[in-house]
Amino acid sequence: MRRFVPVLALAVLAFALPPLAAATKTSFLLTQATMSAYYVLASLGLCALMGYAGQISMGQAAFFAIGGYASSFLSTLNLPTAASGQAEAPFARLLDGAGLLARGADAYGAPTLSLSPALACLCAVLLAAAVAALIGTPILRLKGHYLAMATLGFGIVIEKIARGTKALGGADGISGVPSLRILPGVEVTGGRQARAANFTIAWVLLALGLALLVNLVRSRSGRALRALHDGEAAADAMGVDTARYKLKVFVLGAVYAAVAGAFLTHFNGSIGPGEANAMKSVRYVAIVAIGGMANLTGTVVAGLVLNFLSLRGVFGSLDDGVFGAILVIVMLINIGGARRRPAAGAAGLPGRLSGFAQRVRSVFPARRDRSAR
Amino acid sequence: MSAILSVQGLSRAFGGLRAVDGVGFEAGRERITAVIGPNGAGKTTLFNLISGSLAPDSGKVLFDGDDITGMKPYRVARRGIARTFQAIKLSGRMTALENVMIGRHVRSRAGFLEGMLAAPWARAEERSIREEAMKAVELLGIAEYAGRETGTLPFGIQRSVELARALASEPKLLLLDEPASGLNARETKELAELIARIRDRGVSILVVEHDMSLVMGISDEIVVLDFGKKLAQGAPREIQRNKDVIAIYLGEDDA
Amino acid sequence: MNSELFVQYLVSGLIYGCIYSAVAIGFNIIYNATGIINFAQGEFAMLGGMIASSLAPRLPLPAAVAAAVALTALAGIVVERVFLRRIARFGVMKTIIATIGLSIVIREAALLGWGESVRTLPFFSGNEVSSIAFLGAHFSPQVLWVAGTIALVVAALSLFFKYSLTGKAMRGCSASREGASLCGIRPEALVTLAFGMSAGIGAVAGCVVAPLTQTHYAIGNVLAIKGFTVAAFGGLGNSLAAVGAGLILGTLESFSIIVVPEAYKDVVTIALLLLVLFAKPTGLFGSAAAGALKEF
Repeated sequence: MRRFVPVLALAVLAFALPPLAAATKTSFLLTQATMSAYYVLASLGLCALMGYAGQISMGQAAFFAIGGYASSFLSTLNLPTAASGQAEAPFARLLDGAGLLARGADAYGAPTLSLSPALACLCAVLLAAAVAALIGTPILRLKGHYLAMATLGFGIVIEKIARGTKALGGADGISGVPSLRILPGVEVTGGRQARAANFTIAWVLLALGLALLVNLVRSRSGRALRALHDGEAAADAMGVDTARYKLKVFVLGAVYAAVAGAFLTHFNGSIGPGEANAMKSVRYVAIVAIGGMANLTGTVVAGLVLNFLSLRGVFGSLDDGVFGAILVIVMLINIGGARRRPAAGAAGLPGRLSGFAQRVRSVFPARRDRSAR
Repeated sequence: MSAILSVQGLSRAFGGLRAVDGVGFEAGRERITAVIGPNGAGKTTLFNLISGSLAPDSGKVLFDGDDITGMKPYRVARRGIARTFQAIKLSGRMTALENVMIGRHVRSRAGFLEGMLAAPWARAEERSIREEAMKAVELLGIAEYAGRETGTLPFGIQRSVELARALASEPKLLLLDEPASGLNARETKELAELIARIRDRGVSILVVEHDMSLVMGISDEIVVLDFGKKLAQGAPREIQRNKDVIAIYLGEDDA
Repeated sequence: MNSELFVQYLVSGLIYGCIYSAVAIGFNIIYNATGIINFAQGEFAMLGGMIASSLAPRLPLPAAVAAAVALTALAGIVVERVFLRRIARFGVMKTIIATIGLSIVIREAALLGWGESVRTLPFFSGNEVSSIAFLGAHFSPQVLWVAGTIALVVAALSLFFKYSLTGKAMRGCSASREGASLCGIRPEALVTLAFGMSAGIGAVAGCVVAPLTQTHYAIGNVLAIKGFTVAAFGGLGNSLAAVGAGLILGTLESFSIIVVPEAYKDVVTIALLLLVLFAKPTGLFGSAAAGALKEF
């Protein structure tokens, strides 16, 4: 139960902070706090991948962007509509019958039909998962810096596509994204009226995301991931299908990022190619690193604080530089580094010399005369 | 078939070096088969070929009647072969018990979704995983170290953790790669007794080892490798008297 | 397309290919000495051009370039000694992340120091309008400077690694660090040297290309990934192959605008990178065995 304290804390704050903010006349801070929560959700997905499975990804922002762009594209896409307001395509009429389409009107008052934001969001997340599954298989065969470069490259490709495609709004991105209704009366949307409610939605979502990962880490799969991180050969020998596990975590991370991206887009009402930027990916990595790599709570705290400060403009024009510097400092201090005695078979000179010494000793059994340890 | 493991004409070369060259032998059910030979004779390579970490150039590995040649390690593990490593491969950050619980991976099913949602049956399975792991830990007499991170444990205890992990998977065949390396005489004797007890519980054992007291003391059968080829095979007493074997060691054995 | 356009695309491709090759060589030298990929490599090329652009008004051009190269090499040494040496023992992932962080810090420092303006260097010989005619097309003499400089760098490095004691020591170090230190070589000193050399080479490339392509605080990022692509194509660690791969890639990229809109030009390069990483991680010119025998 102790492990769920951070989850509960988030849930409590989700409901407690808005009235507090209203009372102290600081409600304007809720917007950035809401956005921070969504960025942290994406970071959590990366934490599972980097901290627990030990696979570095410089492309988390790409999945965030896929979620946001797909959801906004689908929910602003006008399906061919007859003047009567009925959908023209039979498939669209089917969706309409199921209540999955949203009705609106264009600038001239003619009726428009588009996918309901909820359906769009779902499709977006599924798309992100599919892309992750597709590129994950070849990409996760790579290790270390190859993996970092490949994921970085993937991220740049997504950004270029977002920036260069007219249908996706080019450099301006997509705007006019409708509100996302997840439950009756619960809408993800911008605007002052909805500020408090959206803060709660975002932080509850974050709490939920955290809870799921806390469960995962304690479970059989979480243990397999940690074993995988510490030594693929041993994990393999113990029956863990390492390739499949790495892929599953990769897809999981992508899903977290896509959900965050979609929700944030509906909250902001728009999305631009900057969300897929390599620097954004670096920020996610930085937050996971500062949090302690394999530390879910650390990621949440570091992420909320840093993102909030950054969004408030506290770092000014040095914003990127601050994250870069933090990365370097955190690596220097080696937060979350494992404590290992050389004899435990660690790589590196001390470990190898000690292993070598053991093997030398073991070749001459008759000559050994050891006193008990 | 009476043999649990049958290796036939197994070969593997690295560049020009023939590490394992047409090796063939059988390991009997519920017996201890030792593989010995000078350094570089190809023993660990042989293990890697059996466990799937390496693919053979030619030859076959039959386990309990099935052809497992070239199967990936996790598949081999699921069929009931567990192994330990020459250099300890434990998860330094996890506790000893958690490491042993990994051994139960092949005997459990809960996946990602069940884990994340903390499904009741998954939680029940976790409890049973923990219990079975604890049993293996107690069998090896390291219960007091169960909650400590393995990176902080003494070397001999780490070896025991690795063995407990392998045992926790309830294997049919246990591959032990130089389990006595780094242990002193007393620890080696305890290990020999432990291995014999494991065999008595119905586990077949294939062990690579340099320590002759252990090998001669508990092996039912010994296979001798030299330069990747099988030199001799037989009961300990035969091997002790075998002139070729004595020649390649050039030294006294201390059985 | 007519021959004039063809030659212009070709020349442009070769110029960019040269700079990518130089960045790739920098990657390879550090990779050979340490086994890590230095994400900050592109920033060294940027620094060379930027520092030279600041010094050029005050100093004769050769002095400005030499000073820029020396200062950038110094930056490389500082990066290694102050940061990476400490972080390296924490593992590969942390080192990669550290070099990413360092590349950002260097870039932001450049932004702080030089602002967002595009900067340039005077042409090494002649000026903006001087040109050489070749196969119906005209190009600047600076192109010859670029080709000549890279060729000189490659030749010098080949000789260094093959014949000089330090060069051989570095190769020994990359083959086996333990073995090398057992022979009395100090790997740490050679690693520092590797960083200094890589940074210097990057700076040289950045300077010699600046009159043609201009320089800017943010070019390091793109150069890094393209330089890495080239290095990967040739097989990581193999600098001779990197030169070939660089020229090929630069040319491919240059001609790609025939079929692909300008906005997607970088996508082509990265797609090629991903292809190489997935299909043949040891590089187009590399086999695993050849990689083990890499010369420099």
